[in-house]
Amino acid sequence: MKAKSLISITDFSKEEYLKIMRLAEDFEANPNQELLQGKVIATLFFEPSTRTRLSFETAINRLGGKIIGFSDSSSSSVSKGETLHDTIKMVSNYADMIIMRHPMEGSARYASEISSIPIINAGDGANQHPSQTLLDMYSMIKTQGTLDNLNLFMVGDLKYGRTVHSLLMAMLQFENPIFNFIAPQELVMPNEYKILLASHGIKYFEHSEFTEIINAADIIYMTRVQKERFIDPVEYEKVKNVYILRNEMLKNTKENLRILHPLPRINEIHTDVDDNPKAYYFTQAKNGVYARMAIIAHLLNLK
Amino acid sequence: MEKHLKVSAIKDGTVIDHIPTKALFKVMKILQLEECLEMITFGNNLDSKAMGTKSIIKIANRFFADEEVNKIALVAPHAKLNTIRDYEVIEKRVVETPREIIGIINCFNPKCITNAETITTRFEVLSNKPITMKCLYCEKITNENEMVYS
Repeated sequence: MKAKSLISITDFSKEEYLKIMRLAEDFEANPNQELLQGKVIATLFFEPSTRTRLSFETAINRLGGKIIGFSDSSSSSVSKGETLHDTIKMVSNYADMIIMRHPMEGSARYASEISSIPIINAGDGANQHPSQTLLDMYSMIKTQGTLDNLNLFMVGDLKYGRTVHSLLMAMLQFENPIFNFIAPQELVMPNEYKILLASHGIKYFEHSEFTEIINAADIIYMTRVQKERFIDPVEYEKVKNVYILRNEMLKNTKENLRILHPLPRINEIHTDVDDNPKAYYFTQAKNGVYARMAIIAHLLNLK
Repeated sequence: MEKHLKVSAIKDGTVIDHIPTKALFKVMKILQLEECLEMITFGNNLDSKAMGTKSIIKIANRFFADEEVNKIALVAPHAKLNTIRDYEVIEKRVVETPREIIGIINCFNPKCITNAETITTRFEVLSNKPITMKCLYCEKITNENEMVYS
């Protein structure tokens, strides 16, 4: 039987999402569980990503597993011209699971076809980063008590931001979400996602102003406008400072509101928000360790 | 009468008619007719009431399974196939767009892994008119005017 991998957020069912949430809660309550004793996990980072790699490696260490791998491709045989195909073939003979990040889109899906062991996609270019979505969902269920009936505001780069697209896809499985999209004209939510929402009968609203409309929000999901996604640097300069969340804007927002951000932030959340109890992004990053422990345990049938 | 003289009749084989003029050589390539050793005749820029101009290919002693011929749906969606036995048309077929396209086209996304390593491309067909397809690797959606033939 083919090993079960996590490549795209849609690879998991609603039941699996909820199982990951339950497991993450369990790991948060008891973070050191030796479930990976005797197992070797490969973390193959063909492009650097400190946060994601450290979060996964912390998860593996807390589960008692051993780690092999590399943190950027210059220190692997990729620099000698080895194909992804051969690297995955070789590593899948050594380890029990591969966690990989690669700059090419679709690389993780391809790896899962070659590999005999489970693959976790820790980011394939601008395509998918499903463990981020699961930790976002865990942060939402932890702070709101539910994933149903939530009013979600997504702000910033909604065109290229893979985290907002994946979160939107996952939320289609839950009851009655409402989406509010706040983005400059150049970075609006692509039509394919709006068509998808409409076909599911889910309400969404689009705004270009970042104003008191946020007072209705349960979750504000801020994103960074990523310079590397723009071909034309002039376009980037035009939009980079358009939406900045400041503490004073949170005065009349709901008590249960929490502000999420996949991090790193540049300037889109002013530092004066950090001490507001509604700021949740650093705890969200911490939740990533528990969500990733849950994903590993689920894919290896350890829980 | 003049029309019949342009492309001679075959005794047994397949006639593929109503191919858009610009798609003739793509159809040949998709059906791998370069490697076919049977007699092949074709006509290009023929008059057509429905299409303005069209192409036609006649292949002697060669018959196609549905899944084989459906591959040309991307470039010749209105093509018609006549199976010929002893100079008689014994069957007429139209092409149907398959649900999955394997090979034939490259992903238009330069950052797709299929453009970096030797991988047979796979696309899920999302809609027929116009044709849109999703790459099963990078998950990008290709529109008809973005297709790159391999």
